[in-house]
Amino acid sequence: MKLGLVIDLDTCVGCNACAVACKQWNTSGTTGPLSDYRPFGKDPSGVWFNRIRHYEVGDYPGSKTVHFPMSCMHCEDADCVTVCPTGASWKRPEDGIVLVDQDKCMGCNYCAWACPYGARELDREDGVMKKCTLCVDRIYDEELPEEERQPACVLTCPAHARFFGDLDDPDSEVSTLVRERDGGQLMPELGYNPTNLYLKPRKPAQVPPHDAPAGAGGADDAGGDSGGGLAARVKNWVNRAVAR
Amino acid sequence: MQPALSIIFFTVVSGAGLGLFIVLAVAGLFGAPQTGAALSACVAGLVLTTLGLVSSTLHLARPKNAWRAFSRFRTSWLAREAVLAIIFYPLALAYTALWWTRANALDNPVWVAVSLLIGLIALATVFSTGMIYACLKTIRQWHTPLTPVNYVVLALMTGHLLLLALQDLAGGQVSAFEMEIALGLLAAGALMKLAYYAWIAPPQGPTINTATGFTRANVRLLDVGHGAGTFLTEEFGFQLARRRRVLLRWCVFILGFVLPALLLLAGLAQALAVRPAALAAPALALAGIFIERWLFFAEAQHVVNLYHGRRQT
Repeated sequence: MKLGLVIDLDTCVGCNACAVACKQWNTSGTTGPLSDYRPFGKDPSGVWFNRIRHYEVGDYPGSKTVHFPMSCMHCEDADCVTVCPTGASWKRPEDGIVLVDQDKCMGCNYCAWACPYGARELDREDGVMKKCTLCVDRIYDEELPEEERQPACVLTCPAHARFFGDLDDPDSEVSTLVRERDGGQLMPELGYNPTNLYLKPRKPAQVPPHDAPAGAGGADDAGGDSGGGLAARVKNWVNRAVAR
Repeated sequence: MQPALSIIFFTVVSGAGLGLFIVLAVAGLFGAPQTGAALSACVAGLVLTTLGLVSSTLHLARPKNAWRAFSRFRTSWLAREAVLAIIFYPLALAYTALWWTRANALDNPVWVAVSLLIGLIALATVFSTGMIYACLKTIRQWHTPLTPVNYVVLALMTGHLLLLALQDLAGGQVSAFEMEIALGLLAAGALMKLAYYAWIAPPQGPTINTATGFTRANVRLLDVGHGAGTFLTEEFGFQLARRRRVLLRWCVFILGFVLPALLLLAGLAQALAVRPAALAAPALALAGIFIERWLFFAEAQHVVNLYHGRRQT
């Protein structure tokens, strides 16, 4: 079994609900607390297992804002596990979840150095490394109704951009999504073989923005003043000259 | 990377201590150092190595679990280094005892065996220190065979310079041949550092495009998602200004290699008494290597910085 997440970058709206749900569940769960530093100060900081960054992909007018949630990828070749000198970092053979045994961790930061995805954060209050557990204390909890045995981030996502399942099972929802939407790994060239996969945004409909010159539909002829007759070219020139 | 002073001190000082044992083991087999000089070198090597190892535990967030660091030597270079350092101690004490009892005769098989073993274990320990950094695929400036070479050559260099100083202080004669070896090691160190700086100069490896998976479009960071610093920015976000980097590299070469070499050359040519040359050379070299080690960390760019907006490391 290879449990992991599939994240749809097309529908993610960057609301940070997954990060908040993650923090809420894990700070009161078995890995908690997730310490906060100066929570009411000028520069509040703290431990988070899930962070959302925001990027602009492509060039105007064909660009798109992409919200990018990242947590532990539960890599198949996880260097954070092999570099750990104490054996605190380990990967469960039965489902591939990468965990930290906080009783063994000496807080040397070496696993965080080995992680390319920034998934591990040292809790400076507790002095141990902490990371996403894929809500291991939730997904196997038989006290919960079956539909709730999912990571907190997946359950809470209002845009339904996060999917949880077994990526080894070709018929699971996640495997089907990956197959249909061409899901991909981040930084595959480093060879960590991350389990979590990302679905790229669907190709957007090409809508010419209203300040682009007539005929400009995509990134290729953006800003060009080749189209149109003499009047359009003069108008274009005047527009640019006046703007300056 | 944020340069952590405890780790910089550890790698430089225990590198010099272990290097001292390596060159002493070799020189001892060739009958070079007098007993007094060798004994003081043993003590100095043990003190330096111990100071370094103690300093290395200062950066641990939970030092009470440090004893567990010996357990995963099958996969982790950090654990291998810890295990080798522990094997080093009884051997180093036995080696010191052999010098103390004047058992350093080539027809004594115990002496030869312990000399060879202590040299090899000390070398393997320094090599492991280098491999701790070289095995990280996330930091291209470290993920090169030049990293362990860097650690081994500089350990030998500082160790040999320290041995010369101790030999001179213990009243022994520093031979011209030993000074020439020191010059050779200084040249090797300088050449190796030049090769290293040339190697890390061009950007390589993952880009912001492969990091986000958008390999066919420009990717720009709009918002990093946190207002103040995080563990990731504090640990990996360190940026070194270009002018400062150039200045510090000049310091490395002048303090670390050029001035010690000039002093030794002056000593060899008898333009200068051997004593000031032999004493000042290791002090200058160690100062240069401290800056070198600070730069080794400060110049390292972790790939997680790509998610924080860098285009390439």
